[in-house]
Amino acid sequence: MTMIFGVPAAAFYGQLLLGLINGAFYALLSLGLAVIFGLLKIINFSHGAQYMLGAFAAYLLLSVLGINYWAALFLAPLIVGLLGVLIERYLLRRIAHIDHIYGLLLTFGLALVIQGTFTNWFGVSGSRYPVPELLQGGINLGFMFLPIYRAWIVVVALVVCFGVWFMIEKTKLGGYLRAGTENSALMQAFGVNVPLLVTLTYGFGVGLAALGGVLAAPVYSVSPDMGSNLLIVVFAVVVIGGMGSIVGAILTGLLMGIVEGLTKVYYPEASNVVIFLVMIIVLLVRPAGLFGKGA
Amino acid sequence: MATTDTKISAAQLAKQAENRRRNIFYLVLLALALVAPFVAYPVFLMKILCFALFACAFNLLLGYAGLLSFGHAAFLATGGYMTGFLLSTYSITPEIGIITGTLASTVLGTFFGILSIRRQGIYFAMITLALAQMVFFMYLQADFTGGEDGLQGVPRGNLFGIFDLSNNLTMYYFVLAVFIFGFLLIQRTVHSPFGQVLKAIRENEPRAISLGYNTDVYKLVAFVISAAIAGLAGSTKTVVFQLASLGDAHWHMSGEVILMTLVGGVGTLFGPVLGAGFVLTLEHQLSQSFLGDWVDVILGVIFVVCVLTFRAGIVGEVQKFMKKNFN
Repeated sequence: MTMIFGVPAAAFYGQLLLGLINGAFYALLSLGLAVIFGLLKIINFSHGAQYMLGAFAAYLLLSVLGINYWAALFLAPLIVGLLGVLIERYLLRRIAHIDHIYGLLLTFGLALVIQGTFTNWFGVSGSRYPVPELLQGGINLGFMFLPIYRAWIVVVALVVCFGVWFMIEKTKLGGYLRAGTENSALMQAFGVNVPLLVTLTYGFGVGLAALGGVLAAPVYSVSPDMGSNLLIVVFAVVVIGGMGSIVGAILTGLLMGIVEGLTKVYYPEASNVVIFLVMIIVLLVRPAGLFGKGA
Repeated sequence: MATTDTKISAAQLAKQAENRRRNIFYLVLLALALVAPFVAYPVFLMKILCFALFACAFNLLLGYAGLLSFGHAAFLATGGYMTGFLLSTYSITPEIGIITGTLASTVLGTFFGILSIRRQGIYFAMITLALAQMVFFMYLQADFTGGEDGLQGVPRGNLFGIFDLSNNLTMYYFVLAVFIFGFLLIQRTVHSPFGQVLKAIRENEPRAISLGYNTDVYKLVAFVISAAIAGLAGSTKTVVFQLASLGDAHWHMSGEVILMTLVGGVGTLFGPVLGAGFVLTLEHQLSQSFLGDWVDVILGVIFVVCVLTFRAGIVGEVQKFMKKNFN
């Protein structure tokens, strides 16, 4: 058996892959948080609950309406994104002019409402979502067995992250978004419908979280609390990376996933605290975050 | 000159009258607190007092320094676990256990504070939340915390080796004394020159810096005091319930103390006390009704409603009303 630093190669690569998958989710979620933060200046505390809603939307579409995974991949983010649009339009907009801490508190309250409601409806145990037929099975790469669905998650997450980066940095709509991040009052003076842009941005960020949920449904069990613990880790990832740059959010997410995966190989007891430890080190050495500008 | 003198003395008179009114108010409250255990269930009253102290500690940070900590559960739990562990393992008196638990929280608070004040606003909230989650996982895995079961059957013991705390009435007066001590400490802190600087930092930190204040030191000291009192609340709570559990370390608890403070009135001395009483009574009533499974949802709705329409909280709204109609 091949060994890597005293660990069987298969276990090493297996954990590396799992880490990469977690990293893909971290990247997707911190990307959504960064997009929302850029324009609204609030941290969306219901991001984890909206990720969970994405997974449940896919699950309900399949079990109630018989709509398959491929359609759910588009429908679930759309539905949850629309819910996000309503939340922004009727709740967040009312407090946009006051201290942004209140946005955090409001979305925290919403997260409690959403998670509590789903816990009452579906219990805490969680439901299974089948892997779509086309993505079942795996490939033997020689040094490890690669389940196709897991590879799919990483590929989709990377493609979506790249797409969002491209849209924000290279298109006209992205230009509006970046300009709005810098100075939304001036944008409004130039005739851009800023309130609409803000609403759509929030809906889009929420949609990204829901997409993460759909991708996660076949690998993790679909349960009401699947998002809350994940979100806190994503917060640590955001602190490590800083929310200054889109690329930074994506890279930090992937990197932290891999760090966590490797910790599972070498020192499993520390695997669920390692990202927080990295956060502490970053705060001591570079308080603004790896990609951040200023505090 | 003469007119200014009379103006000053008029202002002083008004201030004296206000102080007198406040003292009477506190005396009435004290009298109520002293007879309360003969009217209501003492254990529930003690729960309210412990959480009220916890919320007051949290409010010192949010209300007077403008720092939103989302990790205060870690201090409540650390105090609780340390006290619970010491009282169950060694034959020491409860006050020693509580003091040691409070010290443990103080140390943790210093560590949290040094790290989290390096960033501001929303980052501060995320860092405190992440640090508290790390502490949660450590307590989940550690041996001395009893994992998911927590520490059960912690003996209440004899206070100073004399007063038997297994008597609920004795226990109640001890908890009341601890609460008053913590409350007065916070009140002194807020009204001291130190507290005035904290408020200046809350309103405009760059200006406080330009006036020559080392704001990081002020924020750190406020954080440590807040963590210490939160730990004191947790330690006392463990002695009351003879239990230290993982639930105290969960992010849910950090959210609950924010809600208590928000409902009662952020930045008011007495608001968190009322808020704690309100939230705990509501939870207690709901858990016995047909809505028992919906407690979290209802707390979430109250959160949203408070943020949208009731940001000043109970005490804040009353103060606004009094100002509008009686001045």
